[in-house]
Amino acid sequence: MEKFIDNLSSMDLMRSEKMSLVQLIIPVESAHRAVSYLGELGLLQFRDVKRCGEMSRKLRFFKYQIIKAGLLSPIHPVVEPDVELEELEIQLSEHEHELIEMNSNSEKLRQTYNELLEFKIVLLKAGSFLVSSNNHAVAKERELSENVHSNHNYDEASSLIEQEMRTTDQSGLRFISGIICKSKALKFERMLFRATRGNMLFNQAPAGEEIMDPLSAEKVEKTVFVVFFSGEQARTKILKICEAFGAHCYPVPDDLSKQRQITREVSSRLSELEVTLDAGIRHQNKALTSIGYHLTQWMNMVGREKAVYDTLNMLNFDVTKKCLVGEGWCPIFAKAKIQEALHRATVDSNSQVGIIFHVMDALESPPTYFRTNHFTNAYQEIVDAYGDAHSSGLIKFRDPYPFGVDPSWRGSRSELPFLNSLKMKMSILLGVAQMNLGIILSYFNARFFHNSLDIRYQFVPQMIFLNSLFGYLSLLIIIKWCTGSQADLYHVMIYMFLSPTEDLGDNELFWGQRPLQIVLLVLALVAVPWMLFPKPFILKKLHSERFQGRNYGMLIPSEFDPDAEPGPARERQEEFNFSEVFVHQMIHSIEFVLGAVSNTASYLRLWALSLAHSELSTVFYEKVLLLAWGYDNIVIRLIGLAVFAFATAFILLMMETLSAFLHALRLHWVEFQNKFYHGDGYKFKPFSFALTMDDDD
Amino acid sequence: MYGFEAMTFNIHGGYLEAIVRGHRAGLLTAADYNNLCQCETLDDIKMHLSATEYGPYLQNEPSPLHTTTIVEKCTLKLVDEYKHMLCQATEPLSTFLEYITYGHMIDNVVLIVTGTLHERDVQELLEKCHPLGMFDSIATLAVAQNMRELYRLVLVDTPLAPYFSECITSEDLDDMNIEIMRNTLYKAYLEDFYKFCQKLGGATAEIMSDLLSFEADRRAVNITINSIGTELTRDDRRKLYSNFGLLYPYGHEELAVCEDIDQVRSAMEKYPPYQSIFSKLSYGESQMLDKAFYEEEVKRLCLAFEQQFHYGVFFAYMRLREQEIRNLMWISECVAQNQKSRVHDSVVFIF
Repeated sequence: MEKFIDNLSSMDLMRSEKMSLVQLIIPVESAHRAVSYLGELGLLQFRDVKRCGEMSRKLRFFKYQIIKAGLLSPIHPVVEPDVELEELEIQLSEHEHELIEMNSNSEKLRQTYNELLEFKIVLLKAGSFLVSSNNHAVAKERELSENVHSNHNYDEASSLIEQEMRTTDQSGLRFISGIICKSKALKFERMLFRATRGNMLFNQAPAGEEIMDPLSAEKVEKTVFVVFFSGEQARTKILKICEAFGAHCYPVPDDLSKQRQITREVSSRLSELEVTLDAGIRHQNKALTSIGYHLTQWMNMVGREKAVYDTLNMLNFDVTKKCLVGEGWCPIFAKAKIQEALHRATVDSNSQVGIIFHVMDALESPPTYFRTNHFTNAYQEIVDAYGDAHSSGLIKFRDPYPFGVDPSWRGSRSELPFLNSLKMKMSILLGVAQMNLGIILSYFNARFFHNSLDIRYQFVPQMIFLNSLFGYLSLLIIIKWCTGSQADLYHVMIYMFLSPTEDLGDNELFWGQRPLQIVLLVLALVAVPWMLFPKPFILKKLHSERFQGRNYGMLIPSEFDPDAEPGPARERQEEFNFSEVFVHQMIHSIEFVLGAVSNTASYLRLWALSLAHSELSTVFYEKVLLLAWGYDNIVIRLIGLAVFAFATAFILLMMETLSAFLHALRLHWVEFQNKFYHGDGYKFKPFSFALTMDDDD
Repeated sequence: MYGFEAMTFNIHGGYLEAIVRGHRAGLLTAADYNNLCQCETLDDIKMHLSATEYGPYLQNEPSPLHTTTIVEKCTLKLVDEYKHMLCQATEPLSTFLEYITYGHMIDNVVLIVTGTLHERDVQELLEKCHPLGMFDSIATLAVAQNMRELYRLVLVDTPLAPYFSECITSEDLDDMNIEIMRNTLYKAYLEDFYKFCQKLGGATAEIMSDLLSFEADRRAVNITINSIGTELTRDDRRKLYSNFGLLYPYGHEELAVCEDIDQVRSAMEKYPPYQSIFSKLSYGESQMLDKAFYEEEVKRLCLAFEQQFHYGVFFAYMRLREQEIRNLMWISECVAQNQKSRVHDSVVFIF
């Protein structure tokens, strides 16, 4: 039996991989290669030296500088593979340069194009204002004033302008024409009005075409405007405002023939520019496609290099500055592979010194790594969502299910009370069984960690406590089922606490129940201090013993039998805070005692789920399907059938399954796993190119 | 909401308070500053910043960096955060957030007006403006010749308009006038902001009155020191002091008559919070005063985060970030100009 348990306690399938802390001593010249080979292997996690916080910031900076210099300086000509990277770098910078030049060229072209286009639009739109105003001055005035009325309702202003127009028509009236973003037009107009105190006339017309904004590459709606005003001072002001609002001003000649001529010129230059622009865009697209062809590969490569240097940065320089020292975790099964990769790196980089790879004694707890395949991965992820297993913690379990009930209960008056009682009892049986299993698993955990303290002062009292109360309840349930007794179990359980010595009367299920109850109650009461007090005191004693040993210089590190040494104490080697440990143990005990009650009650959710399911299906069957079938109308029957089918598929199958899954998950995580699974480990994150690439994506 | 913020604050302000506290947690730490101070080039600074929240804003900058780029990008991050918060905010928080930017608006107006006076290019000036203090027609400021025009043309549309009522004169703009205008505006702005916070009541009023009083007092001291030896009369000087704060009113009387820095010092030493600031300085020295004030301000801003359910955290966060950007600017400048020994002269650590 002992042997069986020994074999069982390793439970290789269910435990995470055994990890060992290893140290790498790598000569500088093969460092780059070694690290990149390890990355390909993906089976070593480097302990982030930064996080250790021990290395001073200056040394890291220094180290970084040296590594950076080591890459570039000719002192280490052995760093062959970097040439590839350097070539790539040159290539990339060439490409970048080319692209920037192309962009600036096309931007310039685009700007001239825009200007010309705007000029053309201004010519067309503003020209029409001017033509009419020159040829039919009076008509234009009327039109203008109408325009003003309809646009701004500035009554006084328009009349003023009219007067002014008449007086300065031939001599002083000037105008500025230009184009502005539609969104700014209103504010622009208001500003002009304020600046000239109303002595101006603002005419606008939508540009019709949308013009590309060279900065944001968005199409912007613009408005053509013509401002009539008089006086030199007003002119400078208006020009300044135009500048401030980013309005582009273009001169429009008064003369009609000149206007036409300029329009023609502008149009021809526009079409020329269009051709050039198109050619430029085609050229640019070609260059971009050729770059895009290699892009993924390059990004991959640069990402790898970056990962390698990031890892190299994590390595410590040793005293002589010739070697890099790194520490990391690796699963034991992968050691050979890692050594092989390191050897390959040494050979490939022609280094005279081999890479030293040796296993160190681990003081911290190692990371957690489960080898998974596609099937188990999903389950493992669900467990990880709760927390990473403390290394090697046991996990994996599923809830069992199907049972059957005599169909003759169906439809009888006492169907519901019977089923409820049956289901509740089954839930409790299941719950007690699963919680017991959880506690037993904690035994294997403690055994695995060689932690006899946990077995003696945690596992044993927990078993006693749970089984003397709820194990006893389960026993009563089974006896009641077997004997068909009429005893009231609630009554039995409650009076077991309230008056344990009183006679049970009708509720006695078997002979000797009363003394048994007293014994169980005493056992449960004893179990509570048992799990509360001894462990912290023993930990304290062990610690002070070890501290005394430290005074004598730790001659033989293996002086202590590792089996007698509790795992948590080993971690807390440096300082031991008794009150903290005690409070922790107290919380743990209270949690267990209260948890025993609440967790058992929590398993009643199995009954609740089952009840909800059966009630819902009854309702849908009787109130929808049978009701609809009662009518002799095919349409109603069909509708009833459709509703029933819908309810079955979406409510009974989908939603109920989901809620059953969630409740089962909760029972699994909380009620089952809290007995043995701490979830306080951290995940094994090996240095691997495959993972780095995934991260980038 | 007086006295019962805790009950109702989270209905509208809870989300944003969480956001702003999250942002605050992203401020650079002592370790970050240590690393930054060790940098040899601006690229090193960029590398260190890439591990912080500034990373995404700097990662696409091509390698020969300039100090201005770093500062610009860091400010951009602040502006983005501010805009996000403003979008999410409801009244009265949105008004509160807008108040925070008015100070920058005043500075921008003064910058443009001074620049135009010295015939600088408007576009160049606009680039120097703080993005938080931008408003639509800011470029039009260049058109104005005197304060009346300035007000009538441009500022009447901005939230600064009410603050202008005190300083509308027909005098032409010159450096002195502009400086007086800036201080008058600031006075009006601080008083308005103070009144607004008092109206909000509760913890916001309590904390903001402390922060704004400090700001007002600091401005009073700065005005005094800067106006020593100028033609500003005592009465004019007193008019620029804000009408609240620890120094109001008796401290103002004393400051108004100060003729040199030591007199300012003796006036200020009567107030315990400022005594500690001045005790750090040697006699006759005013260079380090700014830093000492900034340090005190940072301390007070950090304290604002100790209390929950008030708007002071938004103000405090914006100010702390601005201080951080100033620090980054100083460090980058020192690194760029090879003056690393002076790095610690002006950096105010935020912890």
